[in-house]
Amino acid sequence: MAIFSIYVINKAGGLIYQHDHNAARPEVEKTFSYPLELQLKVFDDKIVVAFGERDGIKVGHTVLAINGISSEGRYLKDGRDILETVAMEENYPISIKFGRPKLTTNEKIMLASMFHSLFAIGCQLSPEPQSSGIEILETDTFKLHCHQTMTGIKFVILTDPKQAAVDGLLKKLYEVYADFALKNPFYSLDMPIRCELFDENLKAAVEQAEKTGQANV
Amino acid sequence: MTVYDFYLFDRNGNCLYYSEWNRRKQPGISKEEEFKLMYGMIFSIKSFINRISPKDVHDGFLNFKTSKYKLHFYETPSGLKFIMNTDLTVGNIRDVLQQIFSSIYVEYVVKNPLTELGEPITSELFRTKLDEYIRGLPFFTPKSS
Repeated sequence: MAIFSIYVINKAGGLIYQHDHNAARPEVEKTFSYPLELQLKVFDDKIVVAFGERDGIKVGHTVLAINGISSEGRYLKDGRDILETVAMEENYPISIKFGRPKLTTNEKIMLASMFHSLFAIGCQLSPEPQSSGIEILETDTFKLHCHQTMTGIKFVILTDPKQAAVDGLLKKLYEVYADFALKNPFYSLDMPIRCELFDENLKAAVEQAEKTGQANV
Repeated sequence: MTVYDFYLFDRNGNCLYYSEWNRRKQPGISKEEEFKLMYGMIFSIKSFINRISPKDVHDGFLNFKTSKYKLHFYETPSGLKFIMNTDLTVGNIRDVLQQIFSSIYVEYVVKNPLTELGEPITSELFRTKLDEYIRGLPFFTPKSS
């Protein structure tokens, strides 16, 4: 039971607000001896596990730190190349921390515009006339709820698959947006929302929804 | 409760089979274009989910709903993608799609030496069996219109 994150997308597909509420990503640390039984590869300028799931380390996890030194893209903070470090026998035993990569702001912007087009295609491929775009998207790990307003703004919430009362929260977010972003004279339309009151009220609404959702189940 | 249409894609994005029952709106583009658009959408949804998910995904994408229809998705480990559009009242039909794979696709396509894998399915037997199966589903009741 949890609400993971909130995205607000403007009518052109731009991300204008994003908030991570409860999105702790799993991390695993393990000490390895030579040779490494995992296969690592470079993907998207990160070092990810390509093959060899074990002890909670999954394909797709990135290297977050080696011997306590955190990573920066393909390199460690001290400038060493991760793949080279892992390939050298004298570095072993080695302790490597793996986890799902955290989304960068750029990736979030990309995902928001990606959803914007998926929404439109979902509407175009409809077998019934006058369909909306994607409203609920279900996966085994989360559920995505989307509410598009008359003016084309999309409120997207990622929750646990079992979270209840998300519809109410979507309406509430629109209300918060109308009250605290649109009525703010310093807010220009379709631009990223940087309003303190909006932030506070949105967080309060999310926490409230999480609690009542729990109580209902 | 009704079934609109069914798509079967291979792992390269070729549409192996398409069939429709109670579809009321055509997208206004050729079938080929529609298949490409559908496959592109599914492919992007999968990648979208893989990136945005806060936890590690196993099955990944299951279904999505709009205001009018629900799209169900099932992918086999070999990359075959089964897609079925139904109306909103239909629940989880993962087992139905799995059944289509195991007792219709495998039986009448994989076990048929005359079919070329990766080519659109032309087998009349497959067509009849699938049609029979889907018409027999408890939620298959054509809308009177």
